[in-house]
Amino acid sequence: MARSKNPRGGKIGIPGRMLGYLLRHLQNLLGALGGLWRQPLASLMTVSVIGIALSMPAGLHLMVENGRALSGGWESTLEWSVYLRPGVSESRAQTLANELQRRPGIEKVTVITADQALEEFRIGSGFGEALELLTDNPLPNVLVVQPSADAESAGQTTQLADELKKLGDVDLVQLDTAWVNRFHAILDTVRRAVALASAVLALGVLLIVGNTIRLDILNRRQEIEVAKLVGASDAFIRRPFLYHGLLYGIGGGILAIALVQLIGFLLKEPVSRVAGLYGSDYRLLSLALDEAGLLLLAGAALGWLGSWIAASRHLRDMDPEF
Amino acid sequence: MIRLECVSKRYPGGSEALSELNLTIEKGEMVFLTGHSGAGKSTLLKLLALIERPTRGQVIVNGQNTAKVSRRRIPAYRRKIGMAFQDHKLLLDRTVFDNVALPLVIAGMGRRETARRVRAAIDQVGLLSKEKLLPMALSTGEQQRVGIARAVVTKPDLLIADEPTGNLDPDLSLEIMNLFYRFNEVGVTLLIASHDIELIRRMGRRRIVLHEGRLQADSEAGGQLHGTI
Ligand SMILES: Nc1ncnc2c1ncn2[C@@H]1O[C@H](COP(=O)(O)OP(=O)(O)OP(=O)(O)O)[C@@H](O)[C@H]1O
Ligand SMILES: [Mg+2]
Repeated sequence: MARSKNPRGGKIGIPGRMLGYLLRHLQNLLGALGGLWRQPLASLMTVSVIGIALSMPAGLHLMVENGRALSGGWESTLEWSVYLRPGVSESRAQTLANELQRRPGIEKVTVITADQALEEFRIGSGFGEALELLTDNPLPNVLVVQPSADAESAGQTTQLADELKKLGDVDLVQLDTAWVNRFHAILDTVRRAVALASAVLALGVLLIVGNTIRLDILNRRQEIEVAKLVGASDAFIRRPFLYHGLLYGIGGGILAIALVQLIGFLLKEPVSRVAGLYGSDYRLLSLALDEAGLLLLAGAALGWLGSWIAASRHLRDMDPEF
Repeated sequence: MIRLECVSKRYPGGSEALSELNLTIEKGEMVFLTGHSGAGKSTLLKLLALIERPTRGQVIVNGQNTAKVSRRRIPAYRRKIGMAFQDHKLLLDRTVFDNVALPLVIAGMGRRETARRVRAAIDQVGLLSKEKLLPMALSTGEQQRVGIARAVVTKPDLLIADEPTGNLDPDLSLEIMNLFYRFNEVGVTLLIASHDIELIRRMGRRRIVLHEGRLQADSEAGGQLHGTI
């Protein structure tokens, strides 16, 4: 009721009111900036803590992304498991291995005989006793073929696999992906750990902002009480504090981006040197534009939320007296 | 304008600050509230400002039952009441102008209208030449006048004041009272708590005396006032 009857000069149109609303927010924002500027050291400390806290998950995320990009390059550095047809003898397998060994593009061929495979399976699977019942070994002989680095870098591995498939005694050619899968599983776990760490650090940022705003509110208790006495709503009093929190968050986000980029820059040289040693031209990934934007957004949102929680909690029970 | 029906107020852990108080103040009246220290004057004003709630009874202000004003609606309610205090409650890091403008800024009034009204209010208390000063640069009486300008800048129908002359010498007190007098002449209802019996008597307006939370005397309700003040 106060809204419709409040002491405005006269009727103002909706666009005018919107403009007024925007202007007031802008004023608040500028006021908040001025407030932070008046105590530069404290503000800088808060922004730094937030920046460091935000840079940690961002850095970890980047590490995982780099790991993924790196493993993408490994898909070709693989071994082929060449399953021979059932009934192809061990000696035939050995001869075939020797023949293949001499082919260009092949680094090494290892024979895993059917007996060896069964023994491994017996030990590894836990079906030992059940396997005792088998009269025949159902497993085939297998050749493990490792392509040479030359063939690999020339991209000839797929062609090589096709050639192997065409050999008369060959039943099946399979890419050995177990360890790649394992690597991906590890990356997945790390990713999940990064997500958890991010949640914890986000909570930390909330607490940092919340505590800073809380102190700010307590420092300005007298001012707040006077404002309440002359009819300021909680929302009105809260607004400048929300802008403070928002600015802390944005500042922290910018700092986090700068930190991550700096670390990336410092690691660029050594990483490409190591990659060079392994004959790779792998280049370290840095934050993409959308990732940087997300970091900034996260900072802003956490700053806003943290100050909102603190302001809502502490403004409520700050009742005026006279 | 103000009606109290059998109002009692007991602070947590304390004795009763107000006991079964009945009181009516009409629109346009100027009423002085007096009584010894601890009689419940401030408590009564706090009930009107919704800083405290009555333990029992009804407080009706401007036709509105304050019990029905929810926490969320308190700010809007307070914007319609002017308040002045003994310790003036000015913001020391803001100019006279900004202090007086605060209620209008809170109400969301436009810049121009705010400036116009603030100047008018500051002019009314005779401080137009000092609008750009900080409160610390003013004398106690001048600070009190700034507080009063802030209380009337929203043109409230009701103004309540708790010991507004408490810190002032007799001349300054009289000056403040004359200021209130003039507001009353343009229709503002005033309720002023004060110890200054001499001054109150000179103002020749309705006097209410509280004693231990009860209405002891009321100059409008008969002659019992004689001898009490
Ligand atoms: N917040 C409070 N908590 C507990 N008791 C209170 C509170 N405020 C006031 N009282 C008690 O209520 C009674 C009335 O206090 P009140 O402040 O209304 O008196 P007063 O008439 O304004 O006195 P004074 O002239 O000294 O200002 C006193 O006994 C006081 O101790
Ligand atoms: Mg008092």
